[in-house]
Amino acid sequence: MRYIEPHAHMVSRVTDDYRAMTAAGCAAVCEPAFWAGFDRSSPQGFYDYFQQLTEHEPKRAAKYNLPHYCFLCINPKESENVAFAMEVIKLIPQFLDRPNVLGIGEIGLNKNSRNELKVLEAHVDLAARHQQLILMHTPHLEDKYKGTRLTLDVLKADGRIKPERVIIDHVEEHTIKMVLDAGYWAGLTLYPGSKCSPSRAIDMLECHGGERLWINSACDWGESIPLSIPYTALEMRKRGHSPEWIDKIIFKNPFQFLSQSPKFKIPETAY
Amino acid sequence: MIEIAAFLDRVDRAEGEADFRLSAFRKALPILLTNEPEKAARVLMAFSDPTTEPIPAATVQGATGAWPGTPVK
Repeated sequence: MRYIEPHAHMVSRVTDDYRAMTAAGCAAVCEPAFWAGFDRSSPQGFYDYFQQLTEHEPKRAAKYNLPHYCFLCINPKESENVAFAMEVIKLIPQFLDRPNVLGIGEIGLNKNSRNELKVLEAHVDLAARHQQLILMHTPHLEDKYKGTRLTLDVLKADGRIKPERVIIDHVEEHTIKMVLDAGYWAGLTLYPGSKCSPSRAIDMLECHGGERLWINSACDWGESIPLSIPYTALEMRKRGHSPEWIDKIIFKNPFQFLSQSPKFKIPETAY
Repeated sequence: MIEIAAFLDRVDRAEGEADFRLSAFRKALPILLTNEPEKAARVLMAFSDPTTEPIPAATVQGATGAWPGTPVK
């Protein structure tokens, strides 16, 4: 089995997780910037985080021959203070030429506020000006449906954004159709307690055809499972799906999306 | 099913006022018994904010599990 983990917050994980993921067949890992579980007190804190994502973390992954890529942003949870967020966004361009940076993410909305929308629009503008891929977070629970609709409105309003270069992550049964119908990629996040179980993810893959879809663990500092992709692949096999279909979902699909950045490459020795 | 039944028993044993999430939960339960398709999506919608305007400001960072207003039909 080979797979790509397209959304994992490895800064929150121990090195043993890299070893386990690589042993399970992980061929590349992609790490969007996110909320640390607490609000950072200064833009300098984000500068250090971006350094960690672009210098330190790739070295940690390389010990297991695992290519490490990332997306950069300020998380929507920290976007209510617009002036603060804009200071952080100003820091990002200097990192965009680094070899493991694929785009802007995970951006989006959290509580669907006006200020979050302003910061989202600034991120989308940044991505458009620098021809970056976009990895979009969608809100939790009661806020997801509304937040997904507002996010689609923002993207549609910017004529520079090509839907095929945007993945809208954490979709569930009530949001997946609107995302795919609008031409975007959609991500299914496998969490033990929220978002999506392996069974529900496979249901959605079966119902929506498996095109422009990926699955991810989004493992972080909370309850999450770094091996949830291979575990879900086992569930797919139990349901009778072919090895080719499973390979498409867990390897070829994320490869297709991420390869839109010329920086994304996987050496054959990685799988 | 047993988890849901046990949860409702726990609620019956508890004291104090129920919050809006229990109301949303009870409104979502009948969806499970219909013969209509897309039950998962309709349950999720029963807990979702159906409005379209952004809120003036985010005063908290977390989600509660249900929209405190009237669930969308």
